[in-house]
Amino acid sequence: ATLQSTILKERAEIFDTDFQMSADANHQNIQEREREGGRMVEKGTSLLKKMEISVAEAEKRTGKNAVNMQETYTVYLIEMRPVDAASEGTNPVPDSLWRRYSEFELLRNYLLVTYPFLVVPPLPEKRAEFVWHKLSADNMDPDFVERRRVGLENFLLRVASHPDLSTDKIFYSFLTEENGWKETVFETGFQAKADSRLKALNATFRVKNPDKRFAEMKHYGDELQSVISQLLRVRARAADRLYGVYKVHGNYGRVFSEWSAIEKEMGDGLQSAGHHMDAYAASVDDILEEEEHYADQMKEYLFYADALRAVCRKHELTQYELEMAAQDLTSKKQQREELATGTIRTFSLKGVTSKLFGQETPEQREAKLKMLETQIEEGEELVKERNAECEEFVKSAWVDIERFKEQKDHDLREALISYAIMQISMCKKGIQVWNNAKECFSKM
Amino acid sequence: MSAGAPRSLASSGQKSIQDICHPLSAEESALNPGSAADTGLILPNGTPVDTSSPASSSSLLNRLQLDDDLDGETRDLFVTVEDPKKHVSTMETYITYRVCTKTTRTEFDLPEYSVRRRYQDFDWLRNKLEESQPTHLIPPLPEKFVMKGVVDRFSEEFVETRRKALDKFLKRVADHPVLSFNEHFNAFLSAKDLNKRQGLALLTKMGESVKYVTGGYKLRARPAEFAAMGDYLDLFTQKMGTIDRIAQRIIKEQSEFLMELREYGPVYSSWSSFEEDLHDPLEGVSGCVSNCSSALEELTEDMSEDFLPVLREYVLYIESMKVPSDVEKCQDRVECFNADLKADWDRWENNKRQDFRQLLTGMANKNIQHYEKCLAAWESLVPLLQDKQEAEGETS
Repeated sequence: ATLQSTILKERAEIFDTDFQMSADANHQNIQEREREGGRMVEKGTSLLKKMEISVAEAEKRTGKNAVNMQETYTVYLIEMRPVDAASEGTNPVPDSLWRRYSEFELLRNYLLVTYPFLVVPPLPEKRAEFVWHKLSADNMDPDFVERRRVGLENFLLRVASHPDLSTDKIFYSFLTEENGWKETVFETGFQAKADSRLKALNATFRVKNPDKRFAEMKHYGDELQSVISQLLRVRARAADRLYGVYKVHGNYGRVFSEWSAIEKEMGDGLQSAGHHMDAYAASVDDILEEEEHYADQMKEYLFYADALRAVCRKHELTQYELEMAAQDLTSKKQQREELATGTIRTFSLKGVTSKLFGQETPEQREAKLKMLETQIEEGEELVKERNAECEEFVKSAWVDIERFKEQKDHDLREALISYAIMQISMCKKGIQVWNNAKECFSKM
Repeated sequence: MSAGAPRSLASSGQKSIQDICHPLSAEESALNPGSAADTGLILPNGTPVDTSSPASSSSLLNRLQLDDDLDGETRDLFVTVEDPKKHVSTMETYITYRVCTKTTRTEFDLPEYSVRRRYQDFDWLRNKLEESQPTHLIPPLPEKFVMKGVVDRFSEEFVETRRKALDKFLKRVADHPVLSFNEHFNAFLSAKDLNKRQGLALLTKMGESVKYVTGGYKLRARPAEFAAMGDYLDLFTQKMGTIDRIAQRIIKEQSEFLMELREYGPVYSSWSSFEEDLHDPLEGVSGCVSNCSSALEELTEDMSEDFLPVLREYVLYIESMKVPSDVEKCQDRVECFNADLKADWDRWENNKRQDFRQLLTGMANKNIQHYEKCLAAWESLVPLLQDKQEAEGETS
């Protein structure tokens, strides 16, 4: 059995008799898609059919950290509510537990290592980036915490709606076991694998025959990341400017009020117009808050682009390891041939020294041949294994990439629509305010 | 837009003499609100159509409606300044404007006139009016717009701004119940060649002596009342200055916002270049942002070219009313001066109210138009995006 299929089967074990979670069943249900809050969430997974997941609250805590220093951090309340309860009308207390951001990171790292062939949903940003001046870059700022809460909930829903990830045991216990979860994760030994993987990925290696599809996907990931970064940067600057435009109009409110004090007939009209200018200036806060939501949607895909690139990179590594194994096998076979026929085609230190110091004895040669034969046997097994791994990886990855593509196209289109609707609302509000002001002016 | 029968003189019974309008002062305007859009045409979204075409109307200076309380029939003198032309001679280069007059007044020999005048001629007219009508407020000329060496006196923009101001000047004089009958004004409008040394000798002599007096009396004759006027003008000027600064600041912020938008739109375009399904929606958004950019650019230009100049011209007007002077008086003339000045003051107040109503309404309209353009762009995009979405839903 190949590594990948083993992993998938393991994770799909029925570990809770209440749930019959099967990755295959989930894949069949892929057609069932519902639109929830503009995101395509595959309600088809067994997990989501049974449970409603949410990140309901955020709270500040203080405690001692690893170096025994006092620190303040935020914890988030994860709630799991059985789906049936809502429809039955009963409202039982949901299962809930508190988790902090670092635990979410741990979960994600585990998923990344365990499912290298899947595009793992991203977490909301660790630090506030692409902020415009009024938005705080402070992690403790209540607005940031609120947006993070929403982002974490989104992350959990994405995982819960993924046909494969939703069946993961560690994920499930993340949602259900407050204490001891960390230990459970470390017990899987994923850390060691993570470290070795990381090391390998950071090294530079060149694949001889790169898979064209993955190369294109990686390139797409690069471009997507670059363009969304640019989009977010310019948007933040534009938001700053727009804020300025609206707020300065508030000054009209003040001066009209002062001016109306020295006028007789014009006074009333000016005064009321001034109030509308104040309202206009104040309206920008809501407008920009809504736009922040759009920025968060874009950010999710900025980070998704990174996840996509990671899959491509891991595939490259897999292929590289296959190539290395094949190369090694070829060289061993060549050595055997040379030894058997007595010809030296390849340069080797052994060859030179034997030339210099005389040939080996037949017994030595026999021993060497035998060793080589064993190595070749093992090598062939390794190549077979790696080849199958590679094939499985490609197959699973490509299924998930296709799924991701559809999700991305749908979600981003939705995001653009809601952006357009936001702009429409802003224009309508603007027209209304200026019409109100115009009416006041006409009464001057 | 009729005001009905002109108001008859109020009896002096219950009111003090100060509250009674001078017989020559402007009557209460009975303008409809929203005079800026008096065609009665309404757009589907309920806002009235502003008939002003972008070329002429954005210029409020052009559409100044003085004394709208008189209906069209009682107005018997119409003056416009148009068609600037450059003249090049060996001695100098200068601009002339065509001054067109239509009138039924018997003081004029013909019902229509068309003469060419240059700035010097307008200046001459103003000086003559000041000399011969010392008790009245004479509207200002746009002299201070010129900064030789900094501004190109022959550029289209400068010439147009000046034309509008000269037009406004003549219209104010034409609508003034006393100034419009001045013989110098008549000559200005009708004479083929303005012989500027011409002038009734009598008035010139008197004019010389009176000139020095009027300066002080414009605001000094009756201390209490005119001190109040002076205070008001100071505060008013202050407020105008503040509004000017605010408007400039808004234009600056809008320009900077525009700069960002000009970078923002193309990002969506370059994104669309490597997407398939998302190509059209992204291009669509890019297009919308581009439309909004253009709309904003127009708004900023309009505010710069129309709103600010009118505001500033008012400040100049006020400065021309506050001529300081310490020369002493002919006491017996005081009452006569006061009545004329008060009448002019009331007219000025009324005109000011109308002018600002128009100016501010115009500002509101520009902003409304800007938002309407943006709204149209985004609204046309949404169904496009949603159609695709439905199609996509069907095939999946």
